[in-house]
Amino acid sequence: MAKSIDVSDLNIYYGDFLAVEGVNMTIRAKAVTAFIGPSGCGKSTFLRTLNRMHEVIPGARVEGKVMVSGQSLYDPAIDPVAVRRQIGMVFQRPNPFPTMSIYDNVLAGSKLNSKKMKKSEADAIVEKSLKSANLWNEVKDRLDKPGMGLSGGQQQRLCIARAIAVSPEVLLMDEPCSALDPISTAAIEDLIHELKSEYTIVIVTHNMQQAARVSDDTGFFNLKATGEPGHLVEFNPTNKMFTNPDEESTEAYISGRFG
Amino acid sequence: MSTTTPLEPDSFAITANLAQPRLPKWALVLVAVLSLGIAGLLTLLLGWSPFAGLVLAIALAAVGLPLWALLLEGKRSAADRLATSLVWAAFGVVLVPLVWLIWLVVKNGIGVINGEFLTYDMRNVVGAGGGIYHALWGTILVTLAAAIISIPIGLFTAIYLVEYGRGSRLARVTTFLVDVMTGIPSIVAGLFALSLFVLIFGPAIRIGFGGAVALSLLMIPTVVRSAEEMLRLVPSDLREASYALGIPKWRTIVKVVLPTALGGIITGVVLAISRVIGETAPLLVVAGATDSVNFNLFEGRMMTLPVYIFSQYSSPGVVPIGMEGDPPGYARAWGAALVLIAIVMVLNLVARIIGAYFAPKTERRR
Repeated sequence: MAKSIDVSDLNIYYGDFLAVEGVNMTIRAKAVTAFIGPSGCGKSTFLRTLNRMHEVIPGARVEGKVMVSGQSLYDPAIDPVAVRRQIGMVFQRPNPFPTMSIYDNVLAGSKLNSKKMKKSEADAIVEKSLKSANLWNEVKDRLDKPGMGLSGGQQQRLCIARAIAVSPEVLLMDEPCSALDPISTAAIEDLIHELKSEYTIVIVTHNMQQAARVSDDTGFFNLKATGEPGHLVEFNPTNKMFTNPDEESTEAYISGRFG
Repeated sequence: MSTTTPLEPDSFAITANLAQPRLPKWALVLVAVLSLGIAGLLTLLLGWSPFAGLVLAIALAAVGLPLWALLLEGKRSAADRLATSLVWAAFGVVLVPLVWLIWLVVKNGIGVINGEFLTYDMRNVVGAGGGIYHALWGTILVTLAAAIISIPIGLFTAIYLVEYGRGSRLARVTTFLVDVMTGIPSIVAGLFALSLFVLIFGPAIRIGFGGAVALSLLMIPTVVRSAEEMLRLVPSDLREASYALGIPKWRTIVKVVLPTALGGIITGVVLAISRVIGETAPLLVVAGATDSVNFNLFEGRMMTLPVYIFSQYSSPGVVPIGMEGDPPGYARAWGAALVLIAIVMVLNLVARIIGAYFAPKTERRR
C-alpha cells in the first residue's frame, strides 16, 4: 500500500532560476525520511515536487524523473490531481478551512470532491483520523465547532487528520512543528512514529534533534554558495548520518560548526 | 555569564525625573467653555451670525488647548493635542453635511409618506395626491435586472483576474479597462445603452431593460474591484491545502475560495447596488419617465425613484388658486428622496448582517 519514491537527476526551477540541482535519492516505503539543511537550500521546494505542488506557483517547473511505484510523476499523461490524492501534504503553518467545522475539516478531502458517503461511514472516518492524529479526546465533544477555534498545535493535528482521512499512500510534511510548542511537537512526533507502519512519510525539519528522533533516513541539503542552486549533499540512514557522516560539511552542519 | 561582577544596586536607579506637569483632566472642558464664551460674546457684540460664532469657538479651542499644553507640558504634548483637535475638527466637518442632509430629508419627507403615497402612481394626478408606486417598482425592477447582469460578469471577471490570469497580459489589460470603466460618467453609460437599443429596436425606444444595461455598466467595475480585493485576501495557504487533498482547481475555487470570501463579496455587491440605485441621468435617457405603473422591463417607459424626484422637482405642478404654499410636487420629491435613502440604508444594513453571517467563523472572534 505505501509506496517508495525514486528521484533521479531532478532539477527544480522557478522560472529561469534553478533552485535545486541534480537530486538523486530513493525514499523507502513505510519509513520516515527527513530532510535537513539551512534555510533557502531547497528542502521544501524539493518536497513540493514529490506531489506536484511545486507547479502551483506560476512559472515553476522541473526537469528529471520522480518515480512512484514505477510511474513517472512528471509524465504528461499523469493527472496532478490524482497524484495529490495519493500523496498528501501537511504544511508549515496550520491551515484548516475557516468556513468549516472540525468535523467538516477532517472530511474536507471527500466533501470538497462531493463524494457521497453514509453518515455512519463519515463518522467512522472522522473518528479514526482524529484518533490517529491524537486529537480525538480533545475535540470529540465539539466536532461542530469551527476548526479555527483550536489552538495552533491542535490546528496542526487537525490538518494531519485531514491529510490522512483521504488515506494517501505517502505523507509529506513541511516543517510541521515549526510553529508549535514542545508538547504539541512531542505529540506530532509520536504520531509520526505511529503513522510509519502504514504510510511512507517524508518530513522537512529545521530541528536536527527531531530528524534524529523520528527518521530512518536523512537527507542533507545545502547551498554551494549564496545565489547558487541547492543540492543534496548526503543521503544516508539517520544513524550513520548523525554518528559517522560521509561528508565533512554534513558533520559541520550537524555539530553546529557551519561554514 | 557568572564571571561578570554583580552590578551595584545604585546603577539601576533611574536618574531622570519621569514625572512632568500635566494638564488637569478638566482642561478640555474649561477650554471649550472659555472658547464658547469668548466667541459668544464677540458674536453678540459685533452682530455676527451664530454659525460664524460657532466656527470661531471651535478654532479658539483648537488653538487654545495646544497653546496651554505648550506652556505647561512641552512641545511633544502640544503637537499631540493639536493633531487630536485637528482630527476631531475634520470628523465634525465631515459629519455636518451628512447629519444636515438626513435631518432635512426626514423633516421634509416624513410628513408626505403615508399609505396613499406608497401605493398610488401619478396617473391623472394634477394637484396634490398621487404617489411613488410606479417609481418604487421601477427602481426595484431596474436595479434587480442590473444586479442580475453585473454580478455574474463581475464575479467571473474577478475570479479570472485572481485565480487564472495572474500576471498575464490579458489580466493587466482587463484591470486597466475596469479602472477606466470606473470613471465613465453615468450619462455616457446611459447614452451608450440608448444607442445600443436604438440600433436593435429602432429610434425612440425607451425600455426599463435599457436602464438596467446602463446601470450594469456602472456597477460591473465596482463589483469586479471589490470581489477581486476579497478573493486576493483569501490566503494561498488555503488553496494549497485544498490542492494537496487532491481537489481540482475549480472545486477549490467554488468550495474553498468563494465561501471564505463570501461575506466581503456580498458586502461589495450591495455597496455597488446602493451606488447605482440613485443614478438619475442614464435612467432618464434610456428608461424614460412615465406616470403609470409598468412591470414589464422589456416594453414601454419605466419610472424610477431618482427620475421621479427629478421630474417632481422640475415640474411640480401648480398651487390651486387661492391657496398658499409650495407646489405639490416638491413635497412628493422630498418623500421619494426619503424612501430612496431608506432603501439604501436598509441595503447597507442587510449587507452588514449578511457579511457578518458569512464571515469565517472562529471562536476567538474579536
